[in-house]
Amino acid sequence: MDISDLGFDTINLGHGSGGLMTRELLDRIIFKVFSNPYLDQKHDGSLINVEGQIAISTDSFVVSPIFFKGGNIGELAVHGTVNDVAMCGAMPKYISLAFIVEEGLAIAEFLKIVHSIKMTADECGVQIITGDTKVVERGKGDKIFINTTGFGPVHPKADIAAEKIRNGDKIIINGNIAQHGMAIMSQREGLEFESDIVSDTTNLNFLVWELLEAFGEKIHLFRDPTRGGLASVLSEIATDIKKGVTLNEQVLPVEKQVAAACEMLGLDPLYVANEGLFVTIVDATIADEVVALMRKTSKGKNAVCIGEITEEHPSKVVLHSGLGGKRIITPMIGEQLPRIC
Amino acid sequence: MKYLNEYRDFEATKGYLKLIEATASRQWNIMEICGGQTHGLVKNGILDLLPEHVQMIHGPGCPVCVTPMNLIDKAVELLENGIIVCSFGDMVRVPGSNKSLLEAKAKGGDLRILYSPLEAVQIARQNPDKEVVFFAVGFETTAPANALSVLHAKKEGLTNYSILVSHVLVPPAMEGILDDELCNIQAFLGAGHVCAIMGLEEYYPLAEKYKIPIVVTGFEPLDLVQGIYMAVKQLEAGTHTVENQYARVVRKEGNVAAKKVIQNVFEVGDREWRGIGTIPNSGYILKHEYRAYDAESKFGVGSIKAPEHPDCIAGEILRGIKKPHQCGQFGKTCNPSNPLGAPMVSSEGACAAYYHFSSNLIS
Repeated sequence: MDISDLGFDTINLGHGSGGLMTRELLDRIIFKVFSNPYLDQKHDGSLINVEGQIAISTDSFVVSPIFFKGGNIGELAVHGTVNDVAMCGAMPKYISLAFIVEEGLAIAEFLKIVHSIKMTADECGVQIITGDTKVVERGKGDKIFINTTGFGPVHPKADIAAEKIRNGDKIIINGNIAQHGMAIMSQREGLEFESDIVSDTTNLNFLVWELLEAFGEKIHLFRDPTRGGLASVLSEIATDIKKGVTLNEQVLPVEKQVAAACEMLGLDPLYVANEGLFVTIVDATIADEVVALMRKTSKGKNAVCIGEITEEHPSKVVLHSGLGGKRIITPMIGEQLPRIC
Repeated sequence: MKYLNEYRDFEATKGYLKLIEATASRQWNIMEICGGQTHGLVKNGILDLLPEHVQMIHGPGCPVCVTPMNLIDKAVELLENGIIVCSFGDMVRVPGSNKSLLEAKAKGGDLRILYSPLEAVQIARQNPDKEVVFFAVGFETTAPANALSVLHAKKEGLTNYSILVSHVLVPPAMEGILDDELCNIQAFLGAGHVCAIMGLEEYYPLAEKYKIPIVVTGFEPLDLVQGIYMAVKQLEAGTHTVENQYARVVRKEGNVAAKKVIQNVFEVGDREWRGIGTIPNSGYILKHEYRAYDAESKFGVGSIKAPEHPDCIAGEILRGIKKPHQCGQFGKTCNPSNPLGAPMVSSEGACAAYYHFSSNLIS
């Protein structure tokens, strides 16, 4: 699409007014890019036929900067919700898409995000079936916020529930930790440093589906450790199931540059955000096969078993250091802050 | 990571732990000065792996922990008066009398978290109609960069930049600890990064006066156990010299250029330490010719006072008289989401290190 055709080069308050300008933005960008039989009805909502159990999840995206190495806020908004639905043992099929745009956002940036959303949705196999666009005054937003809600059918063999976790179950992750958070950090105002760290943002729905096909109810839990990192998710799980979690520090996969950046900024990679990472807790008998299957896929190349569920130290996560020492992993409190020295 | 991975070699670390066990014939109490060392000991589980009769006492070397609460209140006051306040990250969550810097930011204050004070000078340059203050806390380690920011501001003729100074010095704190009649410390692990700036010179008279071994030590597991081993060896042999375990970073004369910058801008003066009180000649104040860059006098916030929480025993923790878990409030009324005192806030504070990592809590 040629931007000069549009006759405006920034989003302004009128585009959220509900009047002609809104209509123009919708017709010339939104409906054009996302065109599908549901949206083409141009109704207030969409009518969907649903059979059996579905999983539904919603998420809002406020990342800054909105473009970062390895992705942008639009891609994140699709992946985030697609993955949350997948973590329920379901295959996301439809998503809603709502923008809150700060006036003054360049149309070129908006278009880039919109196209990226379309491409990502296609890759994930989801259709955008309803949406909304609001514009807020300058200073009342941070360029653009996006909310998405997704849903889709639960896998017939899935039985994902924290209550199913038993002592001895193995904890497996699909790849390197702390990629996304450090990619964002490296480009955040005031902290910029040079690196090739790229966000791990990606969709996990097909890999999750494949695991459910192969192992069914022997998979007890899926979780994606986004904000708060792996440490916070595992602490939550330990508290919820009132069982202990042990982690083996030596096998935790951290990419070299990410480890170095964390070291430099004084951050613990266990608490840094991820976007394309998931934790699965599985019956011990299938753990090796799960890792092997994951490693054959592009999204699970670095899969590894990082620990297990134990009877000891209920509700606590204990990390075994390479030295043989132990330490407790607590959930993150507030944001991780860079240290003085 | 070169110069890091080698010092995280677990087999070599275990080797030194065995040597410590074989060498220590009786109870020895060793204080690690620096909060970074406390963090390293606890994070790697080294405290559990040392023989029971080698006790590590956690020192006062966490800049966040020893910065008096009235300084936080002063910074909050500046923020509330529309001044751009720039700070290192871990200062911003420390509670003041009424609120932390982070809470003042949530109420509309323009707070910037930075890695370098030179970025604050840049902010001052970009905002000529605003006042910009850098919260200059820390030990000798951060003093050169803070001093340099003043020199840069002066060179550029920026009149809207100043610093809120709370710089403290390690050697007077060590003397303060040793002069305390409750002190039962027999050796020190000197703070590696402080000595990287200052060198070893000022530690020789201390070791001599108090007949105490001082081993300047790094922060990785291997550094720490090697430093402890060197201290134990001296204690067993009855010697009291200054040794340098961290020779890959610390030179005897320190960083001469950095010291010059400090001397150019700061002079030694009395300083208040949180939980300890005022120690004579224990910190840096701006020299007379740089007083224009002193935020306290520039904005008239010097008289703000702030009493500590009555239940907090931070002073005893910082002097090594008590360990965090010996405090009645530890993990109960005082925890990282609701800290009564600074050692629970900073990731280098002894209380937070114990809370986050210690197996004392593994039940």
